[in-house]
Amino acid sequence: MVNGLNLAFQFLDSFAFVVLAAAGLAVIFGIMGVINLAHGEFILFGAYATTKSVTALGLPLPVAMVVGSLLTAAFGVVVERTIISGFVPNWVGQKTVGRDLIEPLYDRLADSMVATFGLSLVMVQSARIVFGNSIDTVGTPFGNVAYGAFSYSTYRLVLAGVAIAVLVAAYYVFTRTTFGTRVRATMQDEQTARALGVDTGRTYMLTFGIGSGLAGLTGALFAPVLSMQPTLGDQFLIEAFVAVVVGGPSVVLGTALSGGVLGAVSATVTNLTDSTTFGRIALLVAAILALRFLPGGITGLVERVRARRQEATDGD
Amino acid sequence: MATESSGPAGSGGAVARIRGRLEGPNTIGNSRGFWLGFAVAVLALAAFPVVGSGSQFSLFLVLALLGLSLSLVWGYSGVLSFGQVVFFGVGGYTFGVVSINFPDPTGITAAALAGVVVGGVAAALLGYFMFYGGVRDVYVTIITLVTTMAMHTFMAQTAGSAWTIGEAPLGGFNGMPGIPLLELGVTGLGSFQFVYNEMSFMGLFAFDPFYYLALVALVAAYLGLRALVNSDFGRVMVAVREDQDRTRMFGYDVKRVKLLTFTLGGALAALSGVLYAARNVYISPPVFALWFATLPVIWVSVGGRKSLLGAVIATIAIEYFRLSVQGEMALVVLGAMLLVFILALPGGLVPWVAEKLSESAVPVSELDDTDAPGEVSES
Repeated sequence: MVNGLNLAFQFLDSFAFVVLAAAGLAVIFGIMGVINLAHGEFILFGAYATTKSVTALGLPLPVAMVVGSLLTAAFGVVVERTIISGFVPNWVGQKTVGRDLIEPLYDRLADSMVATFGLSLVMVQSARIVFGNSIDTVGTPFGNVAYGAFSYSTYRLVLAGVAIAVLVAAYYVFTRTTFGTRVRATMQDEQTARALGVDTGRTYMLTFGIGSGLAGLTGALFAPVLSMQPTLGDQFLIEAFVAVVVGGPSVVLGTALSGGVLGAVSATVTNLTDSTTFGRIALLVAAILALRFLPGGITGLVERVRARRQEATDGD
Repeated sequence: MATESSGPAGSGGAVARIRGRLEGPNTIGNSRGFWLGFAVAVLALAAFPVVGSGSQFSLFLVLALLGLSLSLVWGYSGVLSFGQVVFFGVGGYTFGVVSINFPDPTGITAAALAGVVVGGVAAALLGYFMFYGGVRDVYVTIITLVTTMAMHTFMAQTAGSAWTIGEAPLGGFNGMPGIPLLELGVTGLGSFQFVYNEMSFMGLFAFDPFYYLALVALVAAYLGLRALVNSDFGRVMVAVREDQDRTRMFGYDVKRVKLLTFTLGGALAALSGVLYAARNVYISPPVFALWFATLPVIWVSVGGRKSLLGAVIATIAIEYFRLSVQGEMALVVLGAMLLVFILALPGGLVPWVAEKLSESAVPVSELDDTDAPGEVSES
């Protein structure tokens, strides 16, 4: 029983971690076809901005978290304008040499990975140069829940709640609002969407901003529980990456499902072997197997099953 | 490109036949001037230890093999592998384990071979799993990246006596020290020790056998891959890169081509890993780390991924820069450079320079004739 409860907590913990780590990456990958290898560093940005707002400016933690998320979103918009869409360099290019200097990275997966990895190197090393190898952390709020021999940080439960809230909010934004419709139209057929009057450049910019903001939120939320060092983004990137591809084409549902599956695998193996390392290895192996046997990810499978069932009923 | 028409076939003889093998639309440098430059460059590299530190420079030569392996896999067959360091590391670790257990010349020679073979087999297994499992495009990249991470996590926890193979402890995060010095040959019959420390050669100048071993391996790998990518198989590889579906329609077995290329690339990366472990007499889990896994991608992107020469030049240049600039700014510059190259010069530096050179060499009247086929094959 106690072990079961422990497992449940561990599952919630893994689930929250995978979902929060993946949310921003999933939005950017799913909608823009850009793999942002600097995602971990966006999380780093959010975490540092939050922590600095508390320690240097004396803001209360919740306000600092909002500030951290918004700053990261703004930073994301700058990155999109200068690197991903190449809007600014191309504007400069048009003014000076009369031609575009760079081609947008949309739907150029390999190139976007390499470029954003360059960005990630710059960001990590800049953080090290500006802030040194670590900065002061803020304490974990809320204290612990105790149950028998186990005690558990309440804050971890809050994280799981926020993870679900983020999924619900993302689902609402992308399916129930005009902006969401525009985003999905742009994603499915950019040219038609543009012909119908959707400002696709602006949609991409806002989407990247939202994705970055979600990464910043993740950093802000995990700021009280992590040690603040320039490499903290690394801990998130692979889980995020894996969750996104295992999830498949449907952004919100995919992230939720893969968060559930990968969280369960990681929590169970951690629990059985008493080693987080093996939990992590199991998660990675599960991801490799999932990609091999479900090339379209979990939601790809869901869609296939749905299509087959549809066919069967049509046939009758 | 200017001399291509008047080139190899015209002059006759053995040299021309060899040149014919090595030249083609898939590589840069099909002119007499290029080969002259190539000879000068190799001679300069051979003479380098006299003036510079060969024992440090040998590292760049070893890593250039890793760069070449990615150029083959990514640049020529279009499979972006973040897993080259997996085979690099597997080769290095295999060499370490076998050579520690059999530290005589025969054993060490066998260890080097075992490293390459095990690395190649690992690549074949992973490749079979992916290509015959219908994993496509970016998902291949992601599986190789995740494999790298899994290896890193796994090897980092191999501390303790449970993880000892024969005499060789894997050592967890501390890595595996005590790899014997590289000595190739057969015990009793004769062998040569490639001591990586400089030693005097006939009292004239410092001589570093390992440096020359690495240089020979690199030149041989470069020329061998040149011959490969300009062969019929190389043309199919490029066809797969350009359009998989159409290549399949023409009756080629795309999966097999990818698997063969991936295996060969893995074996080459493993050779690089063997030499790396032999040079350092040490290997540790950071060879599987994410930052190390991305280095080959950086070298190959900056040099020009569709160019073997670009991979070699960029690897040596970037690693030389990375290790000689110790300042905090080195990584910032490296990252910024990567960004600028991928955005403004997606083809890479070396093909761009080669194009500029050939443009300036070709008379304007010939431009139309020579440019068109060049464009098709190089892009």
